Amino acid sequence: MAKVLVVTSGKGGVGKTTTTAALGAALAQRGDKVVVVDFDVGLRNLDLVMGAERRVVFDLINVVQGVAKLPQALIKDKRLENLWLLPASQTRDKDALTEEGVGKVIADLRSRFDWVICDSPAGIERGASMAMRFADEAVIVTNPEVSSVRDSDRIIGMLDSKTVRAEKGERVEKHILITRYDPSRAARGEMLTIDDILEILATPLLGIIPESQDVLRASNVGTPVTLSNADGAPARAYIDAARRLCGETIAMHVPTERKGFMDRLLRRRAA
Amino acid sequence: MSMGLLRLLRGNKASAPVARERLQILLAHERGMRGQPDLLGVLREEILAVVSRHVTLDPTKVIVRLERGDEVSTLEVDIEVPNDFERKKVAVA
Repeated sequence: MAKVLVVTSGKGGVGKTTTTAALGAALAQRGDKVVVVDFDVGLRNLDLVMGAERRVVFDLINVVQGVAKLPQALIKDKRLENLWLLPASQTRDKDALTEEGVGKVIADLRSRFDWVICDSPAGIERGASMAMRFADEAVIVTNPEVSSVRDSDRIIGMLDSKTVRAEKGERVEKHILITRYDPSRAARGEMLTIDDILEILATPLLGIIPESQDVLRASNVGTPVTLSNADGAPARAYIDAARRLCGETIAMHVPTERKGFMDRLLRRRAA
Repeated sequence: MSMGLLRLLRGNKASAPVARERLQILLAHERGMRGQPDLLGVLREEILAVVSRHVTLDPTKVIVRLERGDEVSTLEVDIEVPNDFERKKVAVA
């Protein structure tokens, strides 16, 4: 049965788009049929992170408004057989996202895919509320930092009240994904701990993605981080997170500090 | 020397517990407010309606502010009125 998953956060720049691309690719690699949908109308970026920016013809708004049919707007990933992208419009306004129109597109996507992953824009306005409106599950991307945690709390409140599921008295299954986790700062007591964040937000943990050069490198070349360096720490953490989404039980790996200075020097030389 | 060392130690004191405590207090408050009507907005509108019955004033010059204290909170209402407000209102009446 198809699942609609929203990747959201409230705060900007925490890693929603990176996470959407990485989880989408990881789930597709398992053999599931996946579509990633960009809801950031006017500021689309999922196409760029997925390396499909030159192949966009039609977009979500075109489909919502009936200008294009869904299959015309879907872009097939060049690396993975099962991965597709539905881009956002770059020129239109987010007010073009009507609830009725988005509902129809989501229902159509449900019939074609195993996973519909909605990349939410930052903020709590129309784009963000439409991205979460029809979700069955939510990944709340949180950085270990006060403003991000506060915004996540606000988003959790919206998921519990403003979604179709919530209005029917059902629950949206929520998961916290902690990104940009810096083990050395955590060790020095300069960063909220994992336990602090989970206790404050009272929501289960899906994974911990360490701060890493891999993420920037992946977006530079337009490849989901799970494909660009599959052995790197962020990729492994995302792949584990994807497996947990599929119901597998996997021990949580808390990133720890890298080894000594010499190790790092040698690693850089080798790379 | 020992002073410098002390300062260094104090300066390096972990800030994460402070972040945690501030968040817990803030979110306990914000969660309580969720779904409630905007109290300050309602107060502002009603105060504005009462005062403008007697005085001509600029709605943008009515400021309602709530300062939260540990024991009690203070509600501050700041209304700027033109010096000739009485005459104007009489003229209208």
